[in-house]
Amino acid sequence: MTRFNALNLVKNALSGHKNWTEQWPESQPKAEYDVVIVGAGGHGLGAAYYLAKEHGITNVAVIDKGWLGGGNTGRNTTIIRSNYLYDESARMFDHAVDLWQGLSQELNYNVMYSNRGVLMLAHTVHDVQSFKRHVHANRLNGVDNRWLTSEECKEFCPPVNIAKDARYPVLGGALQERAGTARHDAVAWGYARGAAERGVDIIQNCAVTAIRRHPDGSVAGVETEKGFIKAKKVAVSASGHNSMVMSTADVRLPLESMPLQALVSEPVKPIFPCVVMSNAVHAYCSQSDKGELVIGSGTDQYVSYSQRGGLPLIEHTVAAISEVFPIFNRMRMLRKWGGITDNTPDRSPIVGKTPVQNLYVNAGWGTGGFKATPGAAHTLAWTVAKDEPHPINAPFTLDRFRTGRLIDEAAAAAVAH
Amino acid sequence: MIQIHCPYCGETLPELEFAYAGEAHIERPLSPSEQSDEQWAEFLFLRENVKGPHFERWRHLHGCGRFFNAVRNTITDRFYITYKAGEPRPDLATLLEEDK
Repeated sequence: MTRFNALNLVKNALSGHKNWTEQWPESQPKAEYDVVIVGAGGHGLGAAYYLAKEHGITNVAVIDKGWLGGGNTGRNTTIIRSNYLYDESARMFDHAVDLWQGLSQELNYNVMYSNRGVLMLAHTVHDVQSFKRHVHANRLNGVDNRWLTSEECKEFCPPVNIAKDARYPVLGGALQERAGTARHDAVAWGYARGAAERGVDIIQNCAVTAIRRHPDGSVAGVETEKGFIKAKKVAVSASGHNSMVMSTADVRLPLESMPLQALVSEPVKPIFPCVVMSNAVHAYCSQSDKGELVIGSGTDQYVSYSQRGGLPLIEHTVAAISEVFPIFNRMRMLRKWGGITDNTPDRSPIVGKTPVQNLYVNAGWGTGGFKATPGAAHTLAWTVAKDEPHPINAPFTLDRFRTGRLIDEAAAAAVAH
Repeated sequence: MIQIHCPYCGETLPELEFAYAGEAHIERPLSPSEQSDEQWAEFLFLRENVKGPHFERWRHLHGCGRFFNAVRNTITDRFYITYKAGEPRPDLATLLEEDK
């Protein structure tokens, strides 16, 4: 595998870019692995990468029913932030943001992480109070976040409408400057390349149909479209289909799968310098390096596996965007799509061990999984390798729904996050 | 836009008039104090999350305001039937047969 550096770039440019080696081989399943990971998204591929790099476990397969990075990894709006209210979430997401800082260098692959800042707008007195509480809680946890007045918001992001008579007046905002965006495909590709380089098999277009267990209850392996694959350990990271995959091992998860939609506009010249989120009116917006406005919408209210989502949500989102950024109200939208997110009742993930021995789960990331990719993958790899929780993912157990120790970010954020 | 039939109003109306209210036919335990933590977790949090025909509750929020049940395919979002709260769970095999 050719490393990316200036010398190789020049060499390959002179030979017309015809001699680049493949990024990862087309693998076929072996009969047996130490670890099988179900789901080749950023989380699953990242876990394989860290298993190989930090724990020396290289006899690993990542299996996906489609192509790698073709699920929610390639469908999100690429927002990265860690300004969560509760200690547990702040630690998890800030661990991810720490890893994002150096990820391109670590992977020798440009994930285009851009810490352009995430600005969350407050439109009501309640918003102001709860965001200021978030700012203080974040700072106590060592997470950067600061309060901006409406004039400062306008200065930071000129397209924002701060008129006093606006339908959604901007009373201020909370700004996390270390937050930003990254190129989501590159994250999957970078982890895949790094994992494959260390011996991990990436098996695409091969659906896992069931998890098979030994008579003593522990994991035996996975049934796939290409036959049975024996595995000492299995980790499931299949986003919207987690509950289906896990139910084949008789593990029920408190998850409901719902479409989350996003849309992009036609490309325009750079005008939007940061990410702006407006929870109250449910509009999230940034501008990609290609120039498209990337706009996030909400989840449909009902369980659905249709990767489309309903039109009323898009209408609502676009209406909100037009109100908050009047400058965009005549822009044409190019396309919209949906991804199936698995949502827990408290909107916090479930990461770690399960009641089945040697079966691990990385689920319930809901509408906020992309930003956590490196942190989730890094701590999941630890848990799989050592068969014990990582200090950061330890609170995110499945058991919390029995004990009642919920991490209720659903109430803290007031919306899906 | 999904069109939903309200069994009380007898009209088929846009989904904007309705609110989803979770999986149907989940009964609150008759003797709450005797339930174990596992049983509470199941009642409160565990859902079937079906990919395919799904029994669910809806509320005609901006109409009659009443709750009713429905069977909807979660792959296509198409409704097979809606029926009044309290009515027995329709037989799925018959529903799917009638739908052909």
